Amino acid sequence: MSFSISLTINGEKRAIALDDPRVTLLDLLRERLHLTGAKKGCDRGQCGACTVLVDGRRINSCLTLAASLDGADITTVEGLANGDDLHPVQAAFIAHDGLQCGYCTPGQIMSAVGLIAEGHAGDDPERVRELMSGNICRCGAYKGITEAVLDAQKTLKDGKRRDAA
Amino acid sequence: MNRFEYVRPASVQEAVTAASQPGSVYLAAGTNLLDLMKLGAARPERVIDITRLPGLGEIDWRPDGSVRIGAMVRNSDLAYDERFARTFPVVAEALLSGASAQLRNAATVGGNLMQQTRCAYFQDVASACNRRAPGSGCDAREGENRLHAVLGWSESCIATHPSDFCVPLVALDAVTEVAGPNGMRDVAIDALHALPGETPERETALQPGELITALKLPSDAAAFADHARYLKVRERTSFAFAVVSAAAALRIDGGKIQSARLALGGVAAKPWRARDAEAVLENAPPTQEAFAKAAELALSEARPSGKNAFKIELARRLIVRALSLSTEGTPEAMPALPASPFATVPSANHAR
Amino acid sequence: MPVEIFPSSPEHRRHGSNAGQPLTRRDGLLKVTGKATYAADNHREGMLYAVAAVSSIARGRVKSLDVQAAKSHPGVVEVITPANRPPLAHNPNQKMPPFGFRIEVLQDDTVRYANQPIAMVVAETLEAATEGAALLNPQYETDTARTRRENGERFKPEAVGVGGPSRVAHGDIEAGFASAARVTEAEFVTPAQYHNAMEPHAVVAEWDGDRLTLDMPNQALVLSCAGYATYFGIPPENVLIRSPFIGGGFGSKAILNGPQILAILAARMLKRPVKLALPRAQMYGPVGHRGATWQKLRVGTDAGGRLTALHHHTLSATSSFDDFLEPAANASLPLYASPAILAEHEGLRLDTGTPGPMRAPGEASGSAALEVAIDEAAEACGMDPLEFRLANYAETEPGTGRPFSSKALRECYAEGAKRFGWSGRPLAARQMRDENGCLVGWGMGTAVFHCPHFPAEARATLRADGTGLLETAGVDMGQGAWTALAQIGAEALGLDPEMVELRSGVSSLPDGGIAGGSGHTASAGLALHNAGRNAIDQLVDLATADPESPLFGAGNVGVVARAGRLHRRDDEGRSESYSDILARARRTELVGDAKAAREPAAAEAHAMFSHGAVFAEVKVDPDLGQVRATRLVGAFAAGRIINPRLVRSQYYGGMIWGASFALLEEAVTDHRTGRIMNSDLAEYHVPVNADLPSLDAILIPEDDPYVNPLGVKGVGEIGITGTVGAIANAVWHATGVRARRFPIRIEDLLSDW
Ligand SMILES: Cc1cc2nc3c(=O)[nH]c(=O)nc-3n(C[C@H](O)[C@H](O)[C@H](O)COP(=O)(O)OP(=O)(O)OC[C@H]3O[C@@H](n4cnc5c(N)ncnc54)[C@H](O)[C@@H]3O)c2cc1C
Ligand code: SF4
Ligand code: FES
Ligand code: FES
Repeated sequence: MSFSISLTINGEKRAIALDDPRVTLLDLLRERLHLTGAKKGCDRGQCGACTVLVDGRRINSCLTLAASLDGADITTVEGLANGDDLHPVQAAFIAHDGLQCGYCTPGQIMSAVGLIAEGHAGDDPERVRELMSGNICRCGAYKGITEAVLDAQKTLKDGKRRDAA
Repeated sequence: MNRFEYVRPASVQEAVTAASQPGSVYLAAGTNLLDLMKLGAARPERVIDITRLPGLGEIDWRPDGSVRIGAMVRNSDLAYDERFARTFPVVAEALLSGASAQLRNAATVGGNLMQQTRCAYFQDVASACNRRAPGSGCDAREGENRLHAVLGWSESCIATHPSDFCVPLVALDAVTEVAGPNGMRDVAIDALHALPGETPERETALQPGELITALKLPSDAAAFADHARYLKVRERTSFAFAVVSAAAALRIDGGKIQSARLALGGVAAKPWRARDAEAVLENAPPTQEAFAKAAELALSEARPSGKNAFKIELARRLIVRALSLSTEGTPEAMPALPASPFATVPSANHAR
Repeated sequence: MPVEIFPSSPEHRRHGSNAGQPLTRRDGLLKVTGKATYAADNHREGMLYAVAAVSSIARGRVKSLDVQAAKSHPGVVEVITPANRPPLAHNPNQKMPPFGFRIEVLQDDTVRYANQPIAMVVAETLEAATEGAALLNPQYETDTARTRRENGERFKPEAVGVGGPSRVAHGDIEAGFASAARVTEAEFVTPAQYHNAMEPHAVVAEWDGDRLTLDMPNQALVLSCAGYATYFGIPPENVLIRSPFIGGGFGSKAILNGPQILAILAARMLKRPVKLALPRAQMYGPVGHRGATWQKLRVGTDAGGRLTALHHHTLSATSSFDDFLEPAANASLPLYASPAILAEHEGLRLDTGTPGPMRAPGEASGSAALEVAIDEAAEACGMDPLEFRLANYAETEPGTGRPFSSKALRECYAEGAKRFGWSGRPLAARQMRDENGCLVGWGMGTAVFHCPHFPAEARATLRADGTGLLETAGVDMGQGAWTALAQIGAEALGLDPEMVELRSGVSSLPDGGIAGGSGHTASAGLALHNAGRNAIDQLVDLATADPESPLFGAGNVGVVARAGRLHRRDDEGRSESYSDILARARRTELVGDAKAAREPAAAEAHAMFSHGAVFAEVKVDPDLGQVRATRLVGAFAAGRIINPRLVRSQYYGGMIWGASFALLEEAVTDHRTGRIMNSDLAEYHVPVNADLPSLDAILIPEDDPYVNPLGVKGVGEIGITGTVGAIANAVWHATGVRARRFPIRIEDLLSDW
């Protein structure tokens, strides 16, 4: 069985032929489209390394069937920066050393972008920690990650305020 | 994962027809189903994608104050829905204590209700498991069963139901709306999940092809909004299934409990409603003695199914705590750590 | 940072200031944009996917596999089993020194642990390979699994850890106990733990004739080339390993393992590139783990709370066919001043995969037990745990009396205690509550880790444009080698870090040694340092011999290299840029090569350790037993700090591992089958962000003139030591319950039931 789906990936609309219904979004991105920013840590929704945005919401791409996303808008870590301009979350991760080996980092960053968009954490570090708990970092970069999320959120907010003014 | 036929029906009717063929399974977000398929614990021939079925994505408030929630509403959308969280705070708290933010963004109401046990032997195809392979035996019975059931289990199966969401739902008399080959019917949450008995493979009351289209909470469930808590003991602070959990909801008036709702999670193959305990609380003052008595009653039938006797005592204490917290009142804001014993409640923004 | 050049006596000088610059990671940009390429991110034209099928029994043999079912699955190209596996040039049942273990590469049909590879399926797609492996339906002849202390075979090991002594005795232990006023005894169990780096082991293997290119995470690049060469019967120089980024290693990516070798073999057999990435569950078996231990401690103290004897016995689990033993008892050797110390090990053979080094091997498990026992001894003496540790402070290495190369542990205790607010801590347990009624406890532990140094090589080139090139086959697995090594090399070259390029992470570069034992920054760093100095020496020779240079004749007076210029020491105004010197000498570049190893005499004469003190606050729900490590403060002295930002991150990571050891991690084995029933990341718990709300790491300055010319010790592993005990002791302080097994579980803290 072969069928075709259409996805917008990092702003680019793509028609994708699938010869196999089993392909997850993560494996589609990594093995078929060679967008390897999203990582596989567990393939079972247990680590968050594969986090991407689907229609603006963070989800685990390893537990999502690609076929079921026909028509969706996907953002991966590769689509976050604007040319050489890092997204504030990316910049904050570097500034706060919210990474070590870097393997969980794309997932952490996409999760942070989602968290900020959701807007349920306020500036409460405890809420940030809770809402980032779906992203495991075995290196233990959590302190920098939490700081980076709060910092980036502030940058984004200030930016919005400036834009509005 | 085995190869399967992927079907995307256009209507509920089409979905039901497709799923009525043997070997079919519904796919919602897939966070449970795909996992089990990867493990080989589920090997469906036909996967019916219900994520785009029309009419399953709404939260409808009825004039009488009851609510009908479409089966495709995502867990996070429900938990953060302002009116829902205000009206049924204990359900919102349970939802937010489950899984991770990413998983909640994907997971659907229907999928959460229908998720299968996390019993390691169920997930592992090399193990004997009556639930997965009827008649093969139960490797958990004499195995690593520290977190298995203490209520309602049988020699055939000692698994627990892992959902947090279902625990307050059963306490609040929630009902599912089901479409099937023979039309629509309602199934109460309390009747949805089956205790194992001799047939653990019959996990729910749904017949082949039946689809949950909605979840309904009755209007009187809203009466508990001021005194309702969900509490979940976990082995890590977040992103862990319940060792034991409890939903407690009270109506308190004139220093007395007018009515009480109590349910436990992580203790049985279904969310466990503790009706006897509710009965002794009614008309009693909300005191530690009353709570302790309720806890005794709730666990009176409990017995360890293995290395899990501690869960019985833990459940008793959890009940007392959940009732105490409910008496204190539902917090103004959702705790930063929902349902955690370490919940702190600063005033950051939240639906509530 | 200026570098002083002494052409006449270049060796054994300390250079630069003690505090390095907190540069952000040089690889940060690649990592936050998803452009850092990890092994499994590689793709090759015509590439196949390999998936291992693994055993679901722990002991016995595979009777049959349904190869036909797998092969007829669409997309499956080949199924490799013992029946058709091409030969290897090395017998996998033989160890390969120095670190090569006995491994399973389908040499026969025996099964010696659960999750051992029993076949490998290769297919056009990952989906097909995965399903092919699931269709093999293995039938076994099963023998009883021996995975418990009771049914494993005990033996007297010759060595523990990596060549460490199995038994060390100082002083007369029984006399020590006889003279004690009190003897505290305690037993501990630590479970099998799995590294679980976020990046599963992976390889993309490609053959070109008898040349082999491997993209794989690897903590020991050059050594591994030799290992693969031996297995495949080709010269080591024919093997190229690229490992620019490692998604966490923790010891598990330094050793050859079966699945990766089989994937390489598949690529050779099928003449196509092959990719293998282990599913998470297969990380529980063939790629090492921290072996379980059963430890017994006896602590003798006199009336004044001074140690009279310290006895640490460890039973360490290993596999049935190889012998890495967690050297836990040796953690009791370097820390406390006891006139008599006995550290001894026994081995226990179990039907598991062979354990290996895992972040602080031995020290982690041993320190966990020791620090709790020490706390109990303090309690027995009615002393504050810090006061007790200070009373037993070792001024010289216990037993040997050797001086420490440096030891700022006292400062660690003082600064850590101050930052934490230790003073005023009630002595007795169950004295503190928070505003919500949670029990609060404070505990502490001493951290210690040895400072190994591995031979390493490097090259430093000064280029005509005044920039520098640094080359060594170094390894970044998150510790920050890309940044710290560049900083060290740049300093040696007298250049700002932005002016140097670092090439690393490829085996064809000069051997950067092993990234292990927290010794990589010191080892590869020293090689780069020496290489850089070698290049500068050549440059100084050029300049001082050139009458046209303002530095002409500076010779013995000396020259300082700074920010791309050489300056006369006696007249800093007289200087010349590197590029001018090179241009006049018509040189396009100057290449400095160096090897570096530790001076054996210094190593003999001194005891070399990093030290630290960890203070922990926990909260425990008094009724429900759930625990949270609400505050951790660690103060560490580890010689010279190259980059405080990176070092802090290492400490945080180590402390989080300590919290994990104390409260979360345990592989749960079903002893009927010998299988691990929580081989995932949902039930094998490692910490999530919410587990650690407050971490603080204090960098205590420390000058070490002996450890190596850089004065650098290790920081990667020490954080886990001390922390486990600190948390366990805090749990006691909160609840009155002493940890007897790790992790501490809810049911351990549910009182009276
Ligand atoms: C790592 C991890 C941690 C988790 N932690 C928690 C936790 O702490 N607490 C908790 O409660 N849950 C937890 N979950 C489970 C999670 O809540 C469920 O996976 C999720 O709710 C399932 O929803 P879904 O839409 O993805 O369902 P799917 O996976 O698509 O479906 C699940 C099952 O329900 C059936 N189904 C789906 N929709 C319908 C319908 N409308 N009618 C009939 N049948 C239907 C499917 O056929 C399938 O059998 C966790 C999951 C993961 C992976
Ligand atoms: S407890 Fe139930 S689900 Fe688990 S192995 Fe036994 S029968 Fe299967
Ligand atoms: S890879 Fe998807 S959550 Fe781990
Ligand atoms: S940085 Fe290594 S796992 Fe997070």
